Amino acid sequence: MTDLANSFRTQPDERGHFGQFGGRYVAETLMPLILDLEKEYRAAKADPAFKAEFDSLMAHYVGRPSPLYFAERLTEHFGGGQIWFKREELNHTGAHKINNCIGQILLAIRMGKTRIIAETGAGQHGVATATVCARFGLPCVIYMGSTDVARQQPNVFRMKLLGAEVIPVESGAKTLKDAMNEAMRDWVANVHDTFYIIGTAAGPHPYPELVRDFQSVIGKEARAQMLERTGKLPDLLLAAVGGGSNAIGLFHPFLDDPEVAMVGVEAGGHGVETDKHAASLTGGSPGVLHGNKTYLLQDEDGQIIEAHSISAGLDYPGIGPEHSWLHDIGRVKYLPINDDEALEAFQLCCRLEGIIPALESAHALAALPKVAKEYGKDQMILVNVSGRGDKDIFTVADALGAKI
Amino acid sequence: MSRFESAFGKGRPALVCFITAGDGDTAANLDALVAGGADVIELGMPFTDPMADGPAIQAANLRALAKGTTTADILALAAGFRARHPEVPLVLMGYANPMIHRGADWFAAEAAKAGVDGVICVDIPPEEDAELGPQLRAAGLNMIRLATPTTDAARLPAVLDGSGGFLYYVSVAGITGKQQAAIDSIEQAVARLKASTDLPVAVGFGVRTPGQAEAIARVADGVVVGSAFIDIVAEHGEEAAAPLKELTAALAKAVHNARETVA
Ligand SMILES: Cc1ncc(COP(=O)(O)O)c(C=O)c1O
Repeated sequence: MTDLANSFRTQPDERGHFGQFGGRYVAETLMPLILDLEKEYRAAKADPAFKAEFDSLMAHYVGRPSPLYFAERLTEHFGGGQIWFKREELNHTGAHKINNCIGQILLAIRMGKTRIIAETGAGQHGVATATVCARFGLPCVIYMGSTDVARQQPNVFRMKLLGAEVIPVESGAKTLKDAMNEAMRDWVANVHDTFYIIGTAAGPHPYPELVRDFQSVIGKEARAQMLERTGKLPDLLLAAVGGGSNAIGLFHPFLDDPEVAMVGVEAGGHGVETDKHAASLTGGSPGVLHGNKTYLLQDEDGQIIEAHSISAGLDYPGIGPEHSWLHDIGRVKYLPINDDEALEAFQLCCRLEGIIPALESAHALAALPKVAKEYGKDQMILVNVSGRGDKDIFTVADALGAKI
Repeated sequence: MSRFESAFGKGRPALVCFITAGDGDTAANLDALVAGGADVIELGMPFTDPMADGPAIQAANLRALAKGTTTADILALAAGFRARHPEVPLVLMGYANPMIHRGADWFAAEAAKAGVDGVICVDIPPEEDAELGPQLRAAGLNMIRLATPTTDAARLPAVLDGSGGFLYYVSVAGITGKQQAAIDSIEQAVARLKASTDLPVAVGFGVRTPGQAEAIARVADGVVVGSAFIDIVAEHGEEAAAPLKELTAALAKAVHNARETVA
């Protein structure tokens, strides 16, 4: 056991701060609700019945545990460390997002809320939210930037099939950031009956903490599965970072294992040296947006700069506050991967492993050519395949100049 | 006596007028508000992501930014206003990130130098006061806080702690420019707030017409109007001063005389 003073797993503090990051930067209207949510979350966390219901839904509805898979042909291809996948793409709805949605809808029901709202970028969180709303019979409104509505048509239709109302957002760059603004505007006007299911480990405290806790099922399983299959912990963890929920979910249970290195992969878009990327740690600076203090893409006046990524789920100018902290203290390294590298990795994974990864997850896979060689054949690299890529086939076809 | 004390100490309710800096001919528009009878000016600092604002003020923010409005421009507008109107209290209102980006100390010092009297920051609740409040107070500026229909009795002392100038009661849980709250709920809320503070209480969100303003002025120390002015700037562009003055005059008449017409 690591002693508490040296643990990386005791954040945030009681005010929701991860070092200088996090916090509760929200309008006064929302503040009482946020405090209420925190109280309810503490009570739920201490309630064995809450955990039992969460675990049962994870097992029988989501299909957990998700497999741990040895990617033999990719390992051969790169000729370095062994490559293993945590198969979150096999979850119900096709991504890790459902883990968090199950947790939050149980909280919403506990709090007596009767209406659910959410923002979505790639549509994966929107689909997962629409799914749990259908399952629990609650009305659901999803805000989605109109640019994303256009590039994620399959998911838009899935949300509608599941009974959700999808509202296209026309402000700003019409992507995830703008969807989040609009969701917050809805929330502030409907606090009395509405629960906002935030889709990533960001936003005002306690969201970064509770989303991380729900997503930590990924890392807890992976840790146990690794030990059972190989008798060892992995040497390196790789995960894509949009807001950071799949990454923190994988990383958090390993943070106090000093032998486990971790790399979070940011979306480098056309390159971090250009003005078209979404790498807030590599190319941004600390600031306040969407209820928390964190690294942001911003100009010299603190105006937020639009992000760019081929992957709608990574196309966000901020990042969850715990990642900002882990970056500053150096426990996790963050690496930008460009659109073209992600496309390459997407195709390689399809052909060598028979797995079509989400474009988000393809960013994590695209770190392999850069890092695999640094590891020996008896060392293990664990990649979080956070979602499946069916939703992305139109984007990829377009990028490759193919017609479907 | 501070400018706020004079503005709220005229023996009648005060009219508080909001426009967005950099949207239209801002200096001329500010002069028009004062000429029309505004008692306090709130100058909005445009932000790319105005999460608490409705479509009208969102659009004003984007228009101002599209014209290249910078923090330096806003401070220059404030300094110019102060030179032309030595008596009228001036408040900067906006979101945290542009205020703290160069450091809260820097912002507080520059705002004080420009003759600003107070700051309203939408997304810094009392829980995060350390981010901006101490720096403002050290520079002699008022941190003007918002109270809302969700601010319960338990929270109110925290909201009032460290706040100054006046208390801004946001009469609806929602974004700017939308519906108005029922007058009796406003009356109850203002009474509750005034039982806990000596600060003047100004009520805003959803106030557009002289009739609405008059009803609120009967029960509050001040009335805040924003989106109705923003709509005029949106419609008239660089030529908004005359219609702004006209609306301000109508609102000022309604607000200033509200208590006399009751009897
Ligand atoms: C499959 C998948 N992976 C990753 C992400 C990025 O989000 P996060 O960083 O919260 O995991 C998304 C977001 O939509 C996603 O759909």
